[in-house]
Amino acid sequence: MIVGERKPLAEIAEMLEPFRKICVLGCGTCVTVCLSGGEKEVAETAAALSLLRQKEGKDVEIITHTLLRQCEYEYIDDYAKNMPECDVILSLACGVGVQTMATRLSEKIILPGLNTKFMGYPLEQGVWTENCLGCGDCVLDLTMGICPVTRCSKSMLNGPCGGSQYGKCEISKDVDCAWHLIYERFLKLGVLDRMEVIQPPKDWSTSHHGGPRTIVREDVRLETGK
Amino acid sequence: MKPESKLEKVLSSGHFAVTGELGPPKSADLETLKHHAEAMRHYVESYNITDNQTAIVRTSSIGVAATLIQMGLEPNVQMTVRDRNRICLQSDLLGAVSFGVRNFLCLQGDHAKFGNEPQSKNVYDLDSMQLLQAVRKIRDEGVFIGGEKLEHPLPRIFIGAVANPFADPFEYRPLRLAKKVAAGAQFVQTQCIFDLERFEKWMEKVRELGLHKKVYILGGVTPIKSIGAARYMQNNVSGMIVPDALIERLKGAQDKKKEGLNIAVETIQRLKEIEGVAGVHVMAIAWEEVVPEIVERAGLYPRPRVE
Repeated sequence: MIVGERKPLAEIAEMLEPFRKICVLGCGTCVTVCLSGGEKEVAETAAALSLLRQKEGKDVEIITHTLLRQCEYEYIDDYAKNMPECDVILSLACGVGVQTMATRLSEKIILPGLNTKFMGYPLEQGVWTENCLGCGDCVLDLTMGICPVTRCSKSMLNGPCGGSQYGKCEISKDVDCAWHLIYERFLKLGVLDRMEVIQPPKDWSTSHHGGPRTIVREDVRLETGK
Repeated sequence: MKPESKLEKVLSSGHFAVTGELGPPKSADLETLKHHAEAMRHYVESYNITDNQTAIVRTSSIGVAATLIQMGLEPNVQMTVRDRNRICLQSDLLGAVSFGVRNFLCLQGDHAKFGNEPQSKNVYDLDSMQLLQAVRKIRDEGVFIGGEKLEHPLPRIFIGAVANPFADPFEYRPLRLAKKVAAGAQFVQTQCIFDLERFEKWMEKVRELGLHKKVYILGGVTPIKSIGAARYMQNNVSGMIVPDALIERLKGAQDKKKEGLNIAVETIQRLKEIEGVAGVHVMAIAWEEVVPEIVERAGLYPRPRVE
C-alpha cells in the first residue's frame, strides 16, 4: 500500500491560514489502512485545527468527509455533485489523491495534509516499512523476493558492500542489510551460487529517471478515451 | 601492451608493494597535501586519493591527481558510485586518463548520510561491481556501458577495488573478492587490518579459491594515534573491527603514539609473511608524516626501482 504520515499540525495550520471555511477530506483506501488519512484522522485533524483557531481567536468553519478513493475520478465526481461550499480542501490522501483531486476539481484549492512516504507494508502494529520503489523493472526473481533496489541503502545489485556488519546496514543499526537477508535466503533455498552472478547495470529508464510514466492498455481502453 | 603504472610494474615484477593515501582538503589549497605527498615520495609507489570520503565535500580526487602528476608522483584515483552516474563516471575516467592517471580504484562509497551534505540525493546508478566491469570493458574492448565504441583505444590502465574481510557475512567475503576479480579487479586494497586472526582466516579461503594468483592483495594498515582514535574506529566506522585487546595494549603503553606505530610495523611484518599478500596500503590520514618511519621500520625501504 501507499504509506503516508500526517504533516505536523503547525505546518498544516500555516498553509490554511488564509482560509476560513475548510473541508478536511479523507481517503478510504491506503491511508485509512495505514492510519494517516482515514475517517478517524480526518476527525482528529479537524478537531485540532478548530482548537488551534479558537486559541488564536480566529474564526473557522470546518467540514469533514472521506471518499473511498481520491485517486479515481468516479469517486471524486460523486462527491462533487453535492459538495458543500468551502474555501479550501485539505486532502488527507496521498500525493496521488491530492493531484487527482486538483486535476478533476481544477477550480478548487486542494492542499496536502499528508507527506506521502513510500510503498510498503505494516511490519507490526504501528510500524510500516518500505519495500518497493516502483522501478518499473522488477528484479525480485533475481533475489528470491527481497528487493535490493529498495531495501539496500545504495540500491546495489551486486551486494553486500563493505559497510554490512552483523546483518545491519551501515546507515543504522535499525536497518537490516538487504544483501545479508538475500544471502541468507539463497542459503536457505540452496541457491547460493546466485551470489556469483554479476548483475549488469540496471536500466533506470523504466523508473522515474526516464521521466514521468504512463501505461496505455489498448485492450481495456474505451472508445471515448481514445 | 606493457604496464604504464608504476604500481603495476612493482607488483608484476614480484616486489612487495607499498601504497599511501592522501585525503584532499575542504578547500582548494593543496599546500599541506603536497607537503604530505612530498614526505612520502620515496616510500610509496603510488597514492590513493580519496573521493569525498565519508561523503564529505572536498577537492575532487581527479583534481588532486593532476597536482600529483605535476609533482612527478603517481595517483590511484578513487571513484565511488555515490555521486556520479554512468555518464559522469565514464567521462571522468577518460578525463583522468587524458592527463596521465593510470590507476583507478572502483568503490561503492559511504552513504551520504555520514557526510556534511546529508540532504543530498544519492546517485547509485551503478554499483561498485558494475563500475569495475565497465572500466575493464572500456579498456579491453573499447566500448562504453551503453554499447557505443570509443573513438580511440585507452592506454593500459591498472584497475583496483577494495575488499573488506571484516564485513559480514564473513563466509561470503572471499567469494565477493572472486566476483570482483571476475569483474576486472587486478589489485585490491583491504579495509584497515587490526584483527589479524580474522584476516588470516579470510586469506586462507582466498588462497583456497586461488584468488591470490589472480589479483594483487594489498593489506590495509592504519597507525593508531590514541585510544580515542581506536575507540572511534571501533564504534563509529562502518565495516571495521578493532579488537579490545588492541585497545588494552595501547592503554598499557606509556607512549601511545609510539605503541600505535609499533602495532602498525608489527602488522606489516606479519602481513609480509602471509602467502598471497602482495603489499600493503598504508592509510595514515591526519598522521601522514609517520609513513616513512613505518615503511623503514617494516623493512620496506628503499623501494624497488622499476623501469
